[in-house]
Amino acid sequence: MDRRLIRERSFGLTGKLWNISWLYVLLLCVLAAVGYVALYSAAGGSPEPYASRHVLRFAFGLVLMLSIALIDIRFLARLAWPIYGVSVALLVAVERMGHVGKGAQRWIELGGLQLQPSELAKIGLVLVLAAWFHRASWERMGNPLFLIPPLILVLIPVGLILKEPNLGTAVITGLVGGAVFFAAGVRWWKFALVALPIPFAAKIAYRYMHDYQRARIDTFLSPESDPLGAGYNIIQSKIALGAGGMWGKGFLQGTQGHLNFLPEKQTDFIFTMLGEEFGFVGGVALIGLLLLIVLGGMVMAVRCRHQFGRLVALGIATNFFMYVFVNIAMVMGAIPVGGVPLPLVSHGGSAMITVMLGFGILMSVYVHRDVEWPDRRDEI
Amino acid sequence: MRRDGKQRSVFTRRALLLMGGQVAALGVLAAKLYQVQVVDGARYATLADENRISARLVAPPRGRLLDRAGVVVAGNRLNWRALLVAEEAEDVGATLDAYSRVLPLPEHERARVEREVRRHRRFIPILIADFLSWEEMARVEVNAPDLPGIIIDVGTTRQYPFSEKLAHVVGYVAPPNEDDLGEDPMLALPGIRVGRAGMEKAQDLPLRGRAGVVQLEVNAVGRVIRELDRQEGVPGQDVTLTIDAGLQEAVLKRLGDESASAVVMDCRNGEVLAMATNPSFDPSLFNSGVSQAQWIAWTRNRRTPLINKAAAGVYAPGSTFKMAVALAGLDRKAITPYDRVNCPGYLDLGDTRFHCWRKGGHGALDLRGGLKHSCDVYFYEIARRIGIDRIAAMANRLGMGVDLPTDLPGARKGLVPTRAWRMSKGKAWNIGDTIVAGIGQGFIQVTPMQLATYASRIATGRAVVPHLTRKIGGVLRPEALPASWPSLGLPDKELATVRQGMWAVVNEGGGTAPAARIPGNFGMLAGKTGSSQVRRVSREARERGFKSEKLPWEFRPHALFVAYAPYDNPRYALSVVVEHGNAGAQAAAPVARDIMVDVLTRDPSGRQEPPANRVADKGRV
Repeated sequence: MDRRLIRERSFGLTGKLWNISWLYVLLLCVLAAVGYVALYSAAGGSPEPYASRHVLRFAFGLVLMLSIALIDIRFLARLAWPIYGVSVALLVAVERMGHVGKGAQRWIELGGLQLQPSELAKIGLVLVLAAWFHRASWERMGNPLFLIPPLILVLIPVGLILKEPNLGTAVITGLVGGAVFFAAGVRWWKFALVALPIPFAAKIAYRYMHDYQRARIDTFLSPESDPLGAGYNIIQSKIALGAGGMWGKGFLQGTQGHLNFLPEKQTDFIFTMLGEEFGFVGGVALIGLLLLIVLGGMVMAVRCRHQFGRLVALGIATNFFMYVFVNIAMVMGAIPVGGVPLPLVSHGGSAMITVMLGFGILMSVYVHRDVEWPDRRDEI
Repeated sequence: MRRDGKQRSVFTRRALLLMGGQVAALGVLAAKLYQVQVVDGARYATLADENRISARLVAPPRGRLLDRAGVVVAGNRLNWRALLVAEEAEDVGATLDAYSRVLPLPEHERARVEREVRRHRRFIPILIADFLSWEEMARVEVNAPDLPGIIIDVGTTRQYPFSEKLAHVVGYVAPPNEDDLGEDPMLALPGIRVGRAGMEKAQDLPLRGRAGVVQLEVNAVGRVIRELDRQEGVPGQDVTLTIDAGLQEAVLKRLGDESASAVVMDCRNGEVLAMATNPSFDPSLFNSGVSQAQWIAWTRNRRTPLINKAAAGVYAPGSTFKMAVALAGLDRKAITPYDRVNCPGYLDLGDTRFHCWRKGGHGALDLRGGLKHSCDVYFYEIARRIGIDRIAAMANRLGMGVDLPTDLPGARKGLVPTRAWRMSKGKAWNIGDTIVAGIGQGFIQVTPMQLATYASRIATGRAVVPHLTRKIGGVLRPEALPASWPSLGLPDKELATVRQGMWAVVNEGGGTAPAARIPGNFGMLAGKTGSSQVRRVSREARERGFKSEKLPWEFRPHALFVAYAPYDNPRYALSVVVEHGNAGAQAAAPVARDIMVDVLTRDPSGRQEPPANRVADKGRV
């Protein structure tokens, strides 16, 4: 037996703190610090109104993350279904009474805190899928009927998020779910079976889309066609990036952002802001940092000794990766603008809390990577 | 555990695949970033600069108009304006309330300001009041702490020191209209004015100058962040007019209250020294806006203050036209200076009898006598001999009935009829029309400026054209040189005969205008009277002993006089037209004399001129 396998149902607080990957926490702090710098610049060289609040939120998120990291992963597994259920209920609720922001019902007020239920739903989905596949023997994984309930578990939140409507998050949610399926060992051809009808579905979906969504896709296909309308953001973002060049214009020297040509520079287009001021070198360094955080999460997943932890860690790391990829691709005009922030860098409280919640669960997986979890119920 | 191992190995394999995919995906993004930032960087950087930098035009000060001595006749004056910057006012309503306690703010103006505040971005200044006096400006400035958001802005406005005395010459400026906007982007600037009439219009381009460019850093909503670069514009050039403002004032004073006009020209080069029209208007009213009551008063005034009578008023030249007829006759060899025509007091042509102004007739007269006595029959006879078309050709040659290529806008062409013209109206030309044309009546219409040109051309034999621009930006125009004007091509001998006739009119006993004789040793004046009927006098009225002075004002004949001086070395020509002044000899000739004395007094070379004894010899043939 592995020396590090921990046979006790739980181990002491000190041991858990010792097991936290402080290197990973440091990486997150560095990313948050990048966010502080960017938001300081976005406010025209002032900690107000973004950067100071960003620090407070991150501090709160860090405490939340470390607290969750200490919770036994086996207890979190039992919370998977309740969390999933609550998040789906919130998605339904947001449909009914959601706060309309930026033309879509995405936000809900919970005791003064604005929450995006779709973000919570992704965590709930990852947990519930991991719990489902954790129970499965390798033989049962081969049974297509066994895969139908988790597929429904994916389609419920995806459908609700699509209806909000939030195409970007729906696609990310679907892909995160797909990654969990893939890592659990579902056969390639089954993916092909699900993937094949998607182009046709997309064609039909396009017909029923909201005008703004269609505009976004049309704009993506030719951004210069409407330079002052929907394409304005992308064009201005590319101009800002290009103006940054190799080495950037220097901290607080970016003109595009400071002169307000860049829309939503403190949220969706924060990467552009940094790209203009710190250039290609700064942009690549940031991408490298984000990649380290993604791969760190994946490594934690691989090192975990139980299927639940592996799948949860992989799902959360993939979710983070999707955020990063969609946001950066979006600001460079590589994919349609989706209203996806850059986690831990962009201004915005709700996203910060859910991201840190996710990292808390990821860290819990890491802390409890070696716990004994004899939990093959279907074998017993 | 074996199965768990299988699951774990599959997971590890697939997790590594996903990681590879993630690395590749972010690698693609990095490559794309390289494309956008480094490969296409320069192109996007240019776009960023265009985004950021807004070039704005800055209007240069408009050039001044000066008289020939350098006296400002159209200048720029500081203009204080009160502006409201909404974002600096905590409460626009309260600020306007406070403002209205300092300076009056009519209800409709306040409504306009509030409307514009709503319509514009909050950092754009809104005009509250224009043309504040110094006291008003000071009152706003003193109360500045109570007027948040209100700023005083200094602009310039056009100022006309001579006001109505030079209104028709200088003209006025007004905001550009739609038609102007296309030609020069500067005209779209607020507060800019373009010349609308007179020399302001004629020399608008040099006066306007070229706009400066300020490069401003602006943000996406157009707010100015800072000034990056400034290229000063070229200020409008000063334009020196040929007008002598002092003379202009003297001429106007001499015209008095009459509805009259006078044009004084340098007959050697066509420079207009004075162009007086009475009554006139205040041109600065056009800058700020003319009230409806003022406009109605101007347009209903039968003395027509808005019309520049000197250049756009048309009158039958009457007897002043006789030199043209004489020159036409000499030119066609229809008469020699020595041929005599008998004047019995009338000329019968078919059934029609054309009367001479002198009931008993003048007896036999040669050309000089015909002019001296202004004998109508003599000129009826020449007109009868040569026909209207030859008279018209000579009149045109002397500057009447043609569009003179002058620089003054709004000058009218007048009319010298021809057979072709009459045909084009669908009517036949009658010989009787030719006869009355011989004494400058009938269809003929000329402007006072044409009459002065006519006198200049007779005096010099050169085809001078009246003009009002002497220098632009301090550089003398080539027209100022007498040698630049071509000869009319009329023989000196013929011109001399006519000049002698004009001399005799004034300076010889029995001439029609002894009142025009110049006292002292300024030199002699040669001239010709004219009276142009505005209503036909019937035979019955004439036989009853008709007196034109007894007619209502608007039916009395116009009094005209054309002249040049000094006779032996002509330098100045003038024309005087007194509307409904009855007889040229009484109403216009003394005015012309006084003006000419004034002109010669002002002439720097006038006093050195030796007493012109030899003129008398030349005067007698």
